[in-house]
Amino acid sequence: MIFFWAFIVGGLICVIGQIMFDVFKLSPAHTLTILVVSGAILDGIGWYEPLIDFAGAGATVPITSFGNSLVHGAVQEAEKHGLIGVVTGMFEVTSAGISAAIIFGVIGALFFKPKG
Amino acid sequence: MGDKKKQKLQPNQQQYQAFQQKREVKRPIFKNCIKAFLVGGLICLIGQLISTFYIYQFNFTEQTAGNPTIATLIFITMLLTGFGVYDRFAQFAGAGTAVPVTGFGNAVISSAIEYRSEGFILGVGSNMLKLAGPVIVYGVFSAFIVAIIKTILRQWGGF
Repeated sequence: MIFFWAFIVGGLICVIGQIMFDVFKLSPAHTLTILVVSGAILDGIGWYEPLIDFAGAGATVPITSFGNSLVHGAVQEAEKHGLIGVVTGMFEVTSAGISAAIIFGVIGALFFKPKG
Repeated sequence: MGDKKKQKLQPNQQQYQAFQQKREVKRPIFKNCIKAFLVGGLICLIGQLISTFYIYQFNFTEQTAGNPTIATLIFITMLLTGFGVYDRFAQFAGAGTAVPVTGFGNAVISSAIEYRSEGFILGVGSNMLKLAGPVIVYGVFSAFIVAIIKTILRQWGGF
């Protein structure tokens, strides 16, 4: 069942992005930035965690989860170490996305040649 | 274009604006949304398959399986971007490929490959995050503010 909801929820988040592209004529960078910020705010009010439980990868794969896990790491660390934890824990949970993108970016640049 | 900006234009420029708006190709919004829904949903479905695999093979939980899943998806994106396949998907699917984390990966990896002709330090190193930069910058900044507010409310407000 979680496969079905992952498909539906993930698809719907992409539709929201597409509407921002087409109806509001935003550039991809603006759209992604708005989605990340809304992910952070949704986690702040505690709505993103139930969505992950409900839709699995439908909620973790779209870029909104990046904002969610940034807030998550920061809040977790802040519980242990006080306010300074907000800064030290920021990338705790989300390191996979950024490290993977950078590492595979460099590997890609080593192995592939630009096309066209 | 905002009204304020419009008033500054010459009359013939205003006419041109009206003309240009009339001629602008209407985007097939509904069709684009369907495509984005199907492709975006499919990518998330693949993500779910990968994370189910991690949950059963490597004892991750539903919450922690997100990280290896994202790394795997970005790895697949690297291969697709390198062989020039991802661009074709992206042209078809619009936001369906841009919004999932694969779009973030594609933005980083494609600019890394593109700038390698300018050298590895000044080309790849400094241009890699050109497209993904705003996402990281404002993601971190907004997360900072949200987390500060949440922590203060929790610790001193007793929520």
